Amino acid sequence: MKDPIKKKLKLKVSAISEGTVIDHIPSENLFKVISILKLDKTKNMITFGANLDSEKMGTKSIIKISHKFFEDDDINKIALIAPNAKLNIIRDYEVVEKKVVQVPDEVIGIVKCFNPKCITNNEPVNTSFRVISKSPLALKCKYCEKITYENQIVIRKSSE
Amino acid sequence: MKKDLISIMDYTKGEYLRIMELAAEFEANPNQKLLEGKVVASLFFEPSTRTRLSFETAISRLGGRIIGFSDSNSSSVTKGETLHDTIRMVSNYADLIVMRHPMEGSARYAAEISGVPVINAGDGANQHPTQTLLDMYSIVKTQKSLDNLNIFMVGDLKYGRTVHSLLMAVSQFQNPIFNFIAPEELQIPEEYKIYLREKGIRYFEHLEFTDIISAADIVYMTRVQKERFSDPIEYEKVKNVYILKNTMLANTKSNMRILHPLPRVNEIHPDVDRNEKAYYFEQARNGVFTREAIIAHTLNLK
Repeated sequence: MKDPIKKKLKLKVSAISEGTVIDHIPSENLFKVISILKLDKTKNMITFGANLDSEKMGTKSIIKISHKFFEDDDINKIALIAPNAKLNIIRDYEVVEKKVVQVPDEVIGIVKCFNPKCITNNEPVNTSFRVISKSPLALKCKYCEKITYENQIVIRKSSE
Repeated sequence: MKKDLISIMDYTKGEYLRIMELAAEFEANPNQKLLEGKVVASLFFEPSTRTRLSFETAISRLGGRIIGFSDSNSSSVTKGETLHDTIRMVSNYADLIVMRHPMEGSARYAAEISGVPVINAGDGANQHPTQTLLDMYSIVKTQKSLDNLNIFMVGDLKYGRTVHSLLMAVSQFQNPIFNFIAPEELQIPEEYKIYLREKGIRYFEHLEFTDIISAADIVYMTRVQKERFSDPIEYEKVKNVYILKNTMLANTKSNMRILHPLPRVNEIHPDVDRNEKAYYFEQARNGVFTREAIIAHTLNLK
């Protein structure tokens, strides 16, 4: 795309005065990030942009949440599907802190075990994995002991 | 804290050795009324006659009472009860649960719910730790040690859970060597090879089952199952290749013994049965003593 107005497109995701900007989300995972962070249930003002041009990623998505600041444990949940996500903490229109997401050592819920015969896919059991490799991701199921690899990761419909 | 046995790696090397020691004690004296007044639930959500009879014999020889079912058709599962509710209920009645279930990870889940210890008698293709412990006891009995063994594993090394668990357990001992003999489609999974390499354990892979077993201390045979093959032609090609015949034993070591978790189909020719190196029926017998040992250890009765 040789669109001369692409810079202007970025500006369409308007600035916020206070809150958190989550940048560098893979385009295809925008709505999964929204769901994991339960942003679909929040009353905060949210703006987001999808399929924005990105020099690093080709395209990316961005979410801006007003008056919302995340705990590290919560935000790290998105590391599974947005490993390169960057957080900008905004106070009075200024970036006061930058954070990167960290893959946790344990993943409880969120991800489905890829093994169709695993008990977690057959009874109402919450999933639980030990992270045996962070890049590329490899999650070992506490129950069936099988490994779910990065390209097999599917987000559970009702994560929790 | 209650002591469950869900996965073979739940036990330390010290516990493996303790089970071996106790199994020998029970073999010398199988009838010990250590479970007098105790109730053991034997929950078989899928049929497994061999494993169930072995456990129930062990419980009976220890003087315990057995409640339970031998397949899910005769349990409340047919009414739609979840595993969660079955285990909650049974753990109110029994002092110990022995469970076989077709779903992988079901045993770990049951142990989380149950207030009494759970022994996994097989959770789908995942774990079957009591089989591994009886395999180890059979090895100790025939080889006097779990150190310095050259173990040949033959057949379905991809899906064979007994193969994987035995490999992991024996890797805790000194200086093992593994030889894997399997068709292309049923080779040992990469994760186990990585595990062996990380531990600096030697292993060799072979496609053909020939006289290479002359170096073996243990030949561990498994069944090549038709349903494991995506292409039935592939099965037809290999089904008669991984068969152990008596003539192949001529140049093997005198201490060598043949193990098989049973049931076998055609992978060990019946003419091998008369050979003194055939050990698979004694191996099954060792299962009762090993399970007595595991129960005694789990309930701190010894």
